Amino acid sequence: MIAEKTITWFAACSVSDVPANGGVCVKNNDTQIALFHFTRRDEWYATQNECPHRMQMALSRGLIGTQNDEPKVACPFHKKTFSLVTGECLSGDACAIKTYEVKVEDGVVFIGIDE
Amino acid sequence: MKVVVIGNGMVGYKFCEKLVAKNTAANISIVVFGEEVRPAYDRVHLSEYFAGKSADDLSLASKEWYSENGIVLHLSDPVISIDREKKTVFSHAGVTESYDYLVLATGSAAFVPPIPGVEKEGVFIYRTIEDLELMIGWAKKSKKGAVIGGGLLGLEAAKAMLDLGVTNTQVIEFAPRLMPRQIDDAGSKLLHSKLEDLGLTIHTSKNTTAIEGDAAITGMRFSDDSSFDVDMLVISAGIKPRDELARAASLEVGPRGGITVNDNLQTSDPFIFAIGECALHKGMIYGLVAPGYEMATVVVNQLTAIANNTPLGDGGSFTGFDMSTKLKLIGVDVASFGDPFVSGDGVRSIVFDDSVKGVYKRINVSADGKQLLGGILVGDAEQYNMLLQTCKNKVVLPPNTEDVILGARGGEGDAGAGVTSLPDDAVICSCEAVTKGSICDAVKLGYETVDGIKKCTKAGTGCGGCVPMVKDLMLHTMKAAGKVVRNVLCEHFDYSRQELFDLIKLNELRTYDDVLNMLGKGDGCELCKPPVASILASLWNEVILKKGNDTAQDSNDRFLANIQKGGTYSVVPRIPGGEITPDKLIVIGQVAKKYNLYTKITGGQRIDLFGAHLSDLPNIWEELIEAGFESGHAYGKSLRTVKSCVGSTWCRFGLHDSVSFAIRVEERYRGLRAPHKLKGGVSGCIRECAEAQSKDFGIIATEKGWNLYVCGNGGSKPQHALLLASDIDEETCLKYLDRFLMFYVKTADPLTRTATWLNKMEGGIDYLRSVVVHDALGMNAEWEAAMENHVNSYECEWKAAIETPELRKRFTHFVNAPEQKDPTVVFDPMREQKRAKEWK
Repeated sequence: MIAEKTITWFAACSVSDVPANGGVCVKNNDTQIALFHFTRRDEWYATQNECPHRMQMALSRGLIGTQNDEPKVACPFHKKTFSLVTGECLSGDACAIKTYEVKVEDGVVFIGIDE
Repeated sequence: MKVVVIGNGMVGYKFCEKLVAKNTAANISIVVFGEEVRPAYDRVHLSEYFAGKSADDLSLASKEWYSENGIVLHLSDPVISIDREKKTVFSHAGVTESYDYLVLATGSAAFVPPIPGVEKEGVFIYRTIEDLELMIGWAKKSKKGAVIGGGLLGLEAAKAMLDLGVTNTQVIEFAPRLMPRQIDDAGSKLLHSKLEDLGLTIHTSKNTTAIEGDAAITGMRFSDDSSFDVDMLVISAGIKPRDELARAASLEVGPRGGITVNDNLQTSDPFIFAIGECALHKGMIYGLVAPGYEMATVVVNQLTAIANNTPLGDGGSFTGFDMSTKLKLIGVDVASFGDPFVSGDGVRSIVFDDSVKGVYKRINVSADGKQLLGGILVGDAEQYNMLLQTCKNKVVLPPNTEDVILGARGGEGDAGAGVTSLPDDAVICSCEAVTKGSICDAVKLGYETVDGIKKCTKAGTGCGGCVPMVKDLMLHTMKAAGKVVRNVLCEHFDYSRQELFDLIKLNELRTYDDVLNMLGKGDGCELCKPPVASILASLWNEVILKKGNDTAQDSNDRFLANIQKGGTYSVVPRIPGGEITPDKLIVIGQVAKKYNLYTKITGGQRIDLFGAHLSDLPNIWEELIEAGFESGHAYGKSLRTVKSCVGSTWCRFGLHDSVSFAIRVEERYRGLRAPHKLKGGVSGCIRECAEAQSKDFGIIATEKGWNLYVCGNGGSKPQHALLLASDIDEETCLKYLDRFLMFYVKTADPLTRTATWLNKMEGGIDYLRSVVVHDALGMNAEWEAAMENHVNSYECEWKAAIETPELRKRFTHFVNAPEQKDPTVVFDPMREQKRAKEWK
């Protein structure tokens, strides 16, 4: 049996608030979420904003791109890269980041928080 | 055929590895007995165990490797006897194995001299991982250490003592000098003083007569009636071949130990071989790993020839081995090669002895000066590989023989012979016996990376000392094959930075996406975005945050500030030439107070304001710009500062007005995007207070004008700038600088400073001068025009950012709560200011 995940969607911002092929930081109560609009691929991603390497709230300011077609973000501090899809660290470290689901409705970007 | 191997040390393992590789017909089965609890590990690098390497790191192959290759491995189970008639061995645990051929790789044990008291607690030998573990435990409460043995192994043990924190350690050598087998008196003297600098106390010609103490060691006594207190002693005075099993089986052994073998490495029983440190070949025990590996190969060749009934060729005999060695002892390079001591008629020696720098080099040359016979290097062994090859391959020496150890002084060209002059059968990797020919062949087969060559040939996988030569050979071979060594940006662009620069210009591309669509593939990444964004900025001089290029900028450029620990930013306004008015100083102070910033004078004569929240940046800059400041580009790969001394306006020595010239130069090149940061300096006289010769470009006043120096830098590998032109006037100086900077911007690889760029340039400074001064490429007019265009189109990016609403709105931490700052930012107080909280 597969347990059903309960996802709570909250409205983060409007599409135009996010720079093309870049990220912004979204506040959800006490949680900071990095939201990325990968315009080139017409995809949206959301992850934790904190880079697990040195615990810095900075991933939303990182460069995004791909590695072998896997979307990723590079932390501005030491260029550790993380998959935007799985959250796995692509620079060979053991740490991983949390990812969130994203949907867009009527120009508004929603992030899914699973309880 | 069934082969039983007794001993699972480095040579025993290498024998298995080589036999598995050659046993393609799978008609040889292998059984191995080892007495240690672990499979074979790297004993050569044992001391790294203290430096944090684990037993696993040192392991040569896992237990699984043996089983995957069909080898039966008995660990912690020494063989106790051999029945040669029944061709059977019996182990301690009761295992009985018959054999067709038996290989003894029993190695050696530490030689412990018969000194009364060696059995006391606190006395150790230095041989196995278990020995090290015992030492680690004891060293914790030890204060005064000693090592008996000043040879190769003794000094390794002394290093181990230092690593263990027993810094008060004495080395006791019986012979009159250190490393008596490898180096001569003069070399030894130098090594002696270098080791004493590191805190070791060295005694030579000292003979230990007793180890004192009750249960544990408390002191040592010597034949000269002296004594001292010691609470830990390591004996590392040499090795003793493990021949007891062979002795018991009535195999022939040498008078001072060692299992006697012939050139085929057969013992007195033709079905039993001995290899490695237990074997006595022509009266010699080889205590190094490379000859042991060679012995393993010789036996493997014979066994596979017998098993497959194929002709043996000439790989079945051992003809002795070169004992050349190079090692790094506690940070001191020591090497000897060929015959280090040879002297007499027909031999001449060249000796270089620099006791100031601590370098000693000696080479022994044949009477006609054409052949290198051997030598010694202490303090600097960089030339070891080349000298060893020159010696082994009898390469004819250059006319100025001293160049091979001193390097060419003055004039041009390589010192002596480079890798290209070596014959194909020159052994490059002596650990794995890989020749120049096989490395070049691997490159020709398409192994065009050092890692690839390592995997394919095993070269460089032992001590690693030959890796630079392997890389040189790889590059030479690729070049000789007409291959351009591709130097591409990343997986998204098959071009070098220089190629992209030309293509972007030719196609007039202006955004990152246009460049990627036309010249690249995929979706880009953090490796290609910043260099492409930098090229676009260099070419078109547009505001870097223009839509489409903003998110391609490296993140410091994207926020026009330097991200610092904790996620806040630092702000550096431009202060050209380091000249600033009192009013402007007051504004900086007021801004810093208002936004609670930490202030510090930078190395480039500017003031850095740290700890600014992202959302405060536009407000801070609004106030700074209002007071007449502009961006200092401290965040960009672009011109930083032009440092100046006060010059002739105040200084009694100054020849010209260095401050005015520095301001002029800084304002000319401000905002110029380049492959890496650029720094300049202008000094008003030869006293050089602006340290201009450590900058990418430095200008120094002379009686007649200015001298222009280029391509210096500080940083991790400091390099002085070189003179490009002398006694030129200001206009000529700027013209040369325009051309020089544009040449660099156009052709350097990403993140390459001017110094490295010049180091890689064929022809060096002479070529650069021919281009910049004599227009050898015919590009100067174009470059001057490009620089003029840059100068005319410059605008302050911070001014543009605060005046453009859609740019300004990006400077917030929370997109959905722009008025709030990042609550995780925390500062600690420090010396009346603050600092970022230390990260975890």
